[in-house]
Amino acid sequence: MPNDATALQLVLSGDPALFAIVRLSLYVSLSAVVLAALIGIPLGALVALTKFPGRQGVIVLLNALMGLPPVVVGLAVYLALSRSGPLGAFGLLFTPGAMIIAQTVLVTPIIAALTRQTIEDLWIEYRDELTAMNLGPLGRVTALIWDARFSLVTALLAGFGRAAAEVGAIIIVGGNIEGFTRTMTTAIALETSKGDLPLAVGLGLVLIAIVIAVNALAWTARRAGERLAG
Amino acid sequence: MKMFTRRLLIAVTASLVFAGHAVAQDKSIVMASTTSTQDSGLFGHILPMFKARTGIDVKVVAQGTGQALDTARRGDADVVFVHAKPAEEKFVAEGFGVKRYPVMYNDFILIGPKSDPAGIKGSKDIVAALGTIKARGADFISRGDKSGTHQAELNLWKVAGIDIAKDKGPWYKEIGQGMGAALNTASASNAYVLADRGTWLSFKNRGDLLISVEGDKRLFNQYGVMLVNPEKHPSVKKDLGQQLIDWLVSAEGQKAIAEYKINGEQLFYPNASDSGA
Repeated sequence: MPNDATALQLVLSGDPALFAIVRLSLYVSLSAVVLAALIGIPLGALVALTKFPGRQGVIVLLNALMGLPPVVVGLAVYLALSRSGPLGAFGLLFTPGAMIIAQTVLVTPIIAALTRQTIEDLWIEYRDELTAMNLGPLGRVTALIWDARFSLVTALLAGFGRAAAEVGAIIIVGGNIEGFTRTMTTAIALETSKGDLPLAVGLGLVLIAIVIAVNALAWTARRAGERLAG
Repeated sequence: MKMFTRRLLIAVTASLVFAGHAVAQDKSIVMASTTSTQDSGLFGHILPMFKARTGIDVKVVAQGTGQALDTARRGDADVVFVHAKPAEEKFVAEGFGVKRYPVMYNDFILIGPKSDPAGIKGSKDIVAALGTIKARGADFISRGDKSGTHQAELNLWKVAGIDIAKDKGPWYKEIGQGMGAALNTASASNAYVLADRGTWLSFKNRGDLLISVEGDKRLFNQYGVMLVNPEKHPSVKKDLGQQLIDWLVSAEGQKAIAEYKINGEQLFYPNASDSGA
């Protein structure tokens, strides 16, 4: 019971610090999903529709990278962005930008692998029609991505789920700085380490509610889109 | 479409870089510090006063002392504020830090379960207490993360004449995590653990844990602050960083540290004037 009370109090009190944390979580994870979609969807479609040597290996690799450990990605991005690293001059370490980069690395393989599967299934289904339409390779990729757009929402949501849930990468590259790089997941890790378990559970419930809300929005948008498309 | 994607990527990269630079031009510095100063709430108390005085935002990255010094060594912080004097002196001697300033102290305490399986509660001799814990094989949680508290713990085993790397048994568990996590683990497994008093006072999930040993001079815990050497890392904001250090050791900063209390109990004792600390 005290757990529920804490979570409820947090939301009802309209604590500005909590809203800042929620806003940053959404900003970082949604930005990462958008960037990962820009890279992952064309990449997945390309692998689905082209033949090249080593293609099977690339597919296995893409699927395997869906399970990239966040802490390893965090460490790699940390070493790259550190002042002593190759990209140190940009001064990105311990900023939201660094967190977006790390999550983009995590989410891109998920979107690419799921896109590859979706597009390949569609291609098998519509191969004859698309061949008859005499489209070039780019035309085929575009047509199939457009046809698959509603199914691809699920790929984006899988990517968002990964980004919103992970703490291992962003706590390393963001530093969990109060009011600057503290997100829902890093705040939960912090409160747990301070032994304030009711507050940690409360924040966890708020996070789950937000993830459900984002998914509900996406689902509603997908349904509306399908209805419009007939 | 490829062209479009490329343009978009360039725009996004540019905006990420721009965001980084915009932040860099703010009046703000990064301070690598320890979980004990952050989790105890000290920074939440004193840093707003510093900001009101100077307008400088201090972004605190809370890590163990070993990791904080490493972050500073890589040039990823402007100021480092930790508690392991030998490691700090080495950091300055290697040229990574400009100068070490003593700031404040508190003490370590040995925390243990109410049931007190080693029978050491109320003792003021930490070395004898550790000997008894080992002799009886009572569960002990070690930070195991090269933090200041971990280094202090290793040193106390050495003083007790125990080579813990060789003599540890299944009773000695290294968890490789922060102070809070170590206290959570001790609370869940009825084990002993060495903690800094600040984290203990602000720790909420105590369960059956109590202070077993306190008040031994060897449990002294000194904190020091250093500016990262701008000659090694030109990105260091030396003026803003030095302003923070000057404020911490000033009469105003020292008073702010002394005034921080939890339930009426003072957490840190300023001693910047003690040049040998």
